[in-house]
Amino acid sequence: MVDKQHLLSTAAMADFVADGFLRFDALIPESLNHAALEEMRGLAPGKLRRALHGLGGRAGRMDPGSESEASPESLTPLKDCYPAPSALGAVLRFPAVAGIIESLVGSNPAFDHDFIHHIPAGAPRGQHLHVDAVLEPASQAFDIQLFYFPTAVAPGGGGTRFVPGSHLRRARAEGIARYQHVVGEQHYSGPAGTLLVFHQGLWHAGQPNPGAEDRWMYKIRLNPREPQQRRWNTADLATVHNDARDHSFAHPGSDTVAQRLRRMAPWQRGHEGRYEQMQRATLWRYLTGDPTFDVDFYQTRQRIREGALGEDLR
Amino acid sequence: MRQQLLYLWLAESPLDAEVVAWALYDGAQGKGPTLPAARGPDAPPYGTGLAAIEDGWCLLQAPQPGTPVGPEGAILGELQFQFIFERRVQIAP
Repeated sequence: MVDKQHLLSTAAMADFVADGFLRFDALIPESLNHAALEEMRGLAPGKLRRALHGLGGRAGRMDPGSESEASPESLTPLKDCYPAPSALGAVLRFPAVAGIIESLVGSNPAFDHDFIHHIPAGAPRGQHLHVDAVLEPASQAFDIQLFYFPTAVAPGGGGTRFVPGSHLRRARAEGIARYQHVVGEQHYSGPAGTLLVFHQGLWHAGQPNPGAEDRWMYKIRLNPREPQQRRWNTADLATVHNDARDHSFAHPGSDTVAQRLRRMAPWQRGHEGRYEQMQRATLWRYLTGDPTFDVDFYQTRQRIREGALGEDLR
Repeated sequence: MRQQLLYLWLAESPLDAEVVAWALYDGAQGKGPTLPAARGPDAPPYGTGLAAIEDGWCLLQAPQPGTPVGPEGAILGELQFQFIFERRVQIAP
């Protein structure tokens, strides 16, 4: 159990629901960043070799008996991954990181997979915009992906490109690949030890690295194994969690969750924002366990009308 | 003669709606006219689809109207309002 002071606030959780990511600059201390980078350098060749082997590449020849056992297998409880004295394990168990993880996916998530993304200085090619894995049946439960940067990344230095607010779209990787530029997209740059936390559905892409420094990033995907309800520090929940009367066209609240969920990314213009709000409200219902929560009444009026119909007319 | 293709995704269905995403495929490989200078670090080459045709681009394809059905109609997917433009340019042999 993580000390409450390290858990996310309700406001941060609402920001995650609205934006699909959270960012924590220089969260990990420099001494741990150095150790983690050294460990990443050692693990990277094996992880690449196994991935290529799994994907059928000729370069991915496995070497039975000498493959590192330091890399966890899928389904391993996170707490058992990278035991001490692993530096990566120390990053994952760092109190602030553990608090973020527990707030979003509970206290006992499963390891899905991880990878070490190394973009050498001068690497010319980037990825197309994509979402990881596959388009899954609609569900409110979500995985998170941590992106940990043990070294500073300069602007234009190969930092991950991502599209805030894209996580709740029902889209396949091969469909969104054609968006070369999206208004309001971000290209990560920041100090050593920064952590990005993505909802599984956030659109993103690796970038070229025309800079002079190699770019290293550790990425891990975690699956929740318990309802993701009120796992964060809920001390402020009662003051910011609104009811269905928080309605822009009637009486909007101030400093409420609804107000945060109305905030759209620069590419989310026009009337589509209303549908984004509905999806965010549905996710907030799941996170809080409040089936009556709403933002601007879109779902509430439907429920009222359903009540007006007799059983045989529904 | 080479073809340049410009994809603009607009916020809504009218051609004068704001551009929210864009992509360029340049058959002239940079030897033809280029896009206007960006009006900001994150600004699209044109503010609207209409601005593109005012600059000489010809509309090739506009999004088809659709009727949302059932509760799924409230779920958003890929960007809906994709307009494709072309420009045919002469390049030196």
